[in-house]
Amino acid sequence: MSVYRVEVYPQNPSDDATGAAVLNEIRQLGFNEIYEVASGRIFLLQGDDQLLTPAQVEKIASQVLCDPVSERYVIGAAPHAVGRLLEVHLKPGVMDPVAASTQAAVADKLQCPPGAVEVRTGRRFLLLGQVTADTAMMLGRRVLANESIEELHTSPLLPDAFPVGRPYSFKRVEVPIRQLSREELQNLSRTGHLFLDASEMAAIQNYFQQIGRDPTDAELETLAQTWSEHCVHKTLKAIIEFTHHPGAVENEGHDHHGPGDVTMRIDNLVKSTIFRATKELNLPWTLSVFKDNAGVIAFDDRHALCMKVETHNRPSAIEPYGGAATGIGGCIRDVIGTGGGAMPIAATDVFCFADPHTPENKVPAGVIHPRRTARRVVAGVRDYGNRMGVPTVNGAVFFDSRYIGNPLVFCGSVGLLPLDQAQKGAARKGDRIVVLGGRTGRDGIHGATFSSDVLTDKHGEQFSHAVQIGNAITEKKMLDVILAARDNPGGSLFHAITDCGAGGLSSAVGEMGSETGAAVHLDRAPLKYDGLSYAEIWISEAQERMVLAVQPDRLAALKSLAARHDVEAIDIGEFDGSGRLTLYYRGEVVGDMDMHFIHEGLPKPVRKAIWEDPTPPSVIRIAPPADLGRALHELLSAPTIASKHWIIRQYDHEVQGGTVIKPLVGPRNSGPGDAAVIMPVADSQKAAALAVGCQPRFGDLNPYQMALNSIDEAIRNIVCVGGNPQRIALLDNFCWPKCSDRIHLGALVRACQACYDGAIAFRTPFISGKDSLSNEFITEDGTRICIPYTLLISAIGIVDDVARCITMDAKKPGHRLVLVGITRRELGGSHYLMLQNHLGRNVPKVDLAAAPKVHQAVGRAISRGLARSAHDLSEGGLGVAVAEMLLAGGLGARIKLSPVISSEDAREDHVLLFSETPTRYLLEVAPSHLEELQSVLGDIPMADIGELTRDPRLIIESLRNEVLIDESVEALEESWHRPLDW
Amino acid sequence: MSETRSSTAVRTILITTAGTNCDRELARAFALAGSQVETVHINRLLENPGMLREFQIMGIPGGFSYGDDIASGKIFANIFVDHLYNSIREWIEHGKLIIGICNGFQVLVKAGLLPGNSSAEAGPAQPSVTLTHNHHGRFEDRWVKLRSYSKICKWLPAGRELTLPIAHGEGRFAVATPDVLDDLNRQDQIVLRYVDGSGKPAHQFPDNPNGSLDAVAGICDPTGRVFGLMPHPERFITSYQHPCWTRFDQLPVAQGTEIFENAVRWIRQSGSIEIFDTAAAVAN
Repeated sequence: MSVYRVEVYPQNPSDDATGAAVLNEIRQLGFNEIYEVASGRIFLLQGDDQLLTPAQVEKIASQVLCDPVSERYVIGAAPHAVGRLLEVHLKPGVMDPVAASTQAAVADKLQCPPGAVEVRTGRRFLLLGQVTADTAMMLGRRVLANESIEELHTSPLLPDAFPVGRPYSFKRVEVPIRQLSREELQNLSRTGHLFLDASEMAAIQNYFQQIGRDPTDAELETLAQTWSEHCVHKTLKAIIEFTHHPGAVENEGHDHHGPGDVTMRIDNLVKSTIFRATKELNLPWTLSVFKDNAGVIAFDDRHALCMKVETHNRPSAIEPYGGAATGIGGCIRDVIGTGGGAMPIAATDVFCFADPHTPENKVPAGVIHPRRTARRVVAGVRDYGNRMGVPTVNGAVFFDSRYIGNPLVFCGSVGLLPLDQAQKGAARKGDRIVVLGGRTGRDGIHGATFSSDVLTDKHGEQFSHAVQIGNAITEKKMLDVILAARDNPGGSLFHAITDCGAGGLSSAVGEMGSETGAAVHLDRAPLKYDGLSYAEIWISEAQERMVLAVQPDRLAALKSLAARHDVEAIDIGEFDGSGRLTLYYRGEVVGDMDMHFIHEGLPKPVRKAIWEDPTPPSVIRIAPPADLGRALHELLSAPTIASKHWIIRQYDHEVQGGTVIKPLVGPRNSGPGDAAVIMPVADSQKAAALAVGCQPRFGDLNPYQMALNSIDEAIRNIVCVGGNPQRIALLDNFCWPKCSDRIHLGALVRACQACYDGAIAFRTPFISGKDSLSNEFITEDGTRICIPYTLLISAIGIVDDVARCITMDAKKPGHRLVLVGITRRELGGSHYLMLQNHLGRNVPKVDLAAAPKVHQAVGRAISRGLARSAHDLSEGGLGVAVAEMLLAGGLGARIKLSPVISSEDAREDHVLLFSETPTRYLLEVAPSHLEELQSVLGDIPMADIGELTRDPRLIIESLRNEVLIDESVEALEESWHRPLDW
Repeated sequence: MSETRSSTAVRTILITTAGTNCDRELARAFALAGSQVETVHINRLLENPGMLREFQIMGIPGGFSYGDDIASGKIFANIFVDHLYNSIREWIEHGKLIIGICNGFQVLVKAGLLPGNSSAEAGPAQPSVTLTHNHHGRFEDRWVKLRSYSKICKWLPAGRELTLPIAHGEGRFAVATPDVLDDLNRQDQIVLRYVDGSGKPAHQFPDNPNGSLDAVAGICDPTGRVFGLMPHPERFITSYQHPCWTRFDQLPVAQGTEIFENAVRWIRQSGSIEIFDTAAAVAN
């Protein structure tokens, strides 16, 4: 057995895009002494000496590894006279998709069995310039390697042999808990990374005392996974005693609370607010909600759409690339595993980061710099989504310094499925339990439990095993098999399907078998390498696996279909009708619990929550800046508002050919579209619009209004492209600080109440949701950093006829600009005040009586073709909205503030320009359509505020009809385009 | 399938593998152009290369074959060279058509089928051109302006101006030696170039989105029957796919369609169906 090393380089150093990108990142850190970075790829090959001769290595290098036109290779290690060498290699056991593909290609080239030549890969960087060894290593850590999954070497790595997993010697492990004291139980929860609280540990102890034995490690892990916040959402389902002091912010007047202090008991928060709204609305087009992996709505008379949005915050904090990639991969699997199986047709992504310009010395220990996090998260979504062939069509990025330790990564996915397959399948007694897709490894162990606690500066080291690295091609192959199995001419080859996500097999099998019971033979699961214990196999969160319940007489057909796609389908047991979960390893029972206890045994403690709307700070009169044009430029450059083209263009947002309103719009494809529209069924004019709403800054003032504003914003975005406001479904994703704090829980209650009120008022049902409730970071010195209350509302709306869609880019000189909706003095939480370092006090409020009528009327106007463009007013208010329409369309405008319809106290120029009052639209209307628009809008406030001009300048006249702002659109575009043009 | 097959139908085979992801839209493009289409996994084709006799047009769709894990298209290309070389040579010599789009183009180039100067007896050609990392180092999705130049390409006549999307990380056209480019020009094999607003070959980002040499976006073999291109014509087969169709009073013409229609028409006119569709005729 020998190991060979092959290095591959660009032939021409000027073609070294990887090296140039690394150099760029190093320069951004302020190290200007390095003038060049030369990159190379490393392949380590190990095989039997008979097979892997030097001649064969030459053949592999020249024919498989190296592009003869643009690259050259070296067998061994190329010497380097100058510079500092850094090599990055994956730690043993970490998923290496390139190695897997290379191994298969080498086997094919040498005509030998797969795996006869093993491959590991690495990356090599030569830093040229004045740099000490220590600095080089530091740069390696900051720019090149993530030491939770990778190793850095300063000399060429050529091991004598590849590391091998120790073979596993089976030993059934029992954990004696029956005699433990309360403290000892708590200690066990902590040291075993179970993350269960005292009452939960006591419930487990009680169960095993009753059945008269101690649990095995696998049983304990099963309960910890199933009962984790991540899997069961125990906070949202708990009994909450909630006290509300309405404070000075006026009461919204709904039935959750009367005037003055109110204490109420809420049994299951999510059921009594979010689910309840959907149930009360009882709309015929919501087909399957809150019971499957994704929510399902009707599309046309043959198809349904499903949608799911997940967060993958923890893994992304520790390993942004892998965390984000497996976030999108997992969410796509959720969609694949919905109903009888769905085809993923679109993806969305929303991120929350700290300011990318945060100085290096302000980044706490144990935290990756937000700029690097942002780059790597985008790369992860890009590489996974693009490889899956799922267009990433919509998203947003929010910046706030409090996301420094807990960046948020929301990944959404939309699927298309036949109408008659919309319902979740059920495993039947006698069905085989089949694992389809990738193999099981030690990756991602304890991901579910780990994501249920607060992060600290040590988590990167302690939980590197919770990090998963994805392999999109494994998932794509699996998808091809599942769709073929679903559409099998003789009927689907499976009864039920679910994703193997958090908690791995333990969650997937436990959930699918909750009615029938399941007998699982863990030794049958195919492994990536030796050495996994039965408990590790059971809870591994290795990616790209799905569990299917397969009729015994169709197993052979499924296996052969899978084999044709080079995918493994392994029978690991039976849904056996016992009502128990029985785990075997080599014939021995290693777990045997009642399904009822697993799913119903979680104690329901009473939690306390309190919310007091903050006393507004005393009124500060803020003198408007002398130059409001400058303020507009600064707003356009604020990272949350600035152009996201650098991100958007790295995603293939057009694969599958269905993206008919793209994320970037206008003649130069540069404007910020409000929503994307996809046409999922060829030959049908129907389409689906996708949008988001999210307003974390308002949460600092009023979480109830924050949630309503987010809902209103998502609806506005859908309406702006031509979506039907009567066919919008919503998804909720809560990311919150730890809810054992009564105030945080109180804020959550208020946000959920707003979701109920908003859904009912707008008749927009929630169809799916998720929460992530421990987003705090404890720094080395013990400082607690809590994220802002963050509720992402994702919306999916039906477009009845794609021909009626419009976009936000200004179209034609001479057209009028019409502002729909009333403007109030609502600068609280606005971007305008943020730039002046104020939070303000008047949070924008959604008028639930008026707002639904506005959305319906604007929707009607757009469907009648009365608007050529529409843009919603959100961050930066009217000023930013009009600037964006112009820079997208390459036109100018002359507008007046005097016609703007507003409350009395809002009649100041800067308030009218930058207030963030919701439920407002800016429409471009042909003069000949003004009258008809007026009649469609009826008594809804509408103001003709000006005209589009060919001269590309934005001229805004003040309330006193003086020129207040006169800026070239080109300059405005530059301010908006540049900040995130990385 | 045989009941819908007629001996006069043009039949297209799309070859897919792990990571192919533009096959559905390409199938639709050929179907709209009037061809019957069958999508076949490479494993099925390897079991029965003889099935190629039933088809006249071959498409290699875009995507990330095998993850593009070594280099884009490389592993898929090796399978073509090592297992299907003779079948493909035979295909080309029988006057049939091949199109490779994006990843499919990368496969054709890395398999030496494009620019494809070697004769069958010489064995697989050593690649003389390649498609490598975009100059700016990132994946890029962008609509670009293109102009067609070749008079020999069966897929697209010279002098057309097209707007199509690109979506790739490795699309920069490069050659092994300068004379390769001279040969391509001399033999009229450069089919598509990225052009700027005035219609001239573009050398700057973003008009030339990846830094391609001589602004090359697509080439054909010396017969004009094997065509590879980085842009995605199958993503512009309906007006609504245009990135700013909402600006126009009249819906824009879907400019990708013509490429597929030209191919189907050429097969019909060249009489290739009767000659090469014997297996289908027998089946009927």
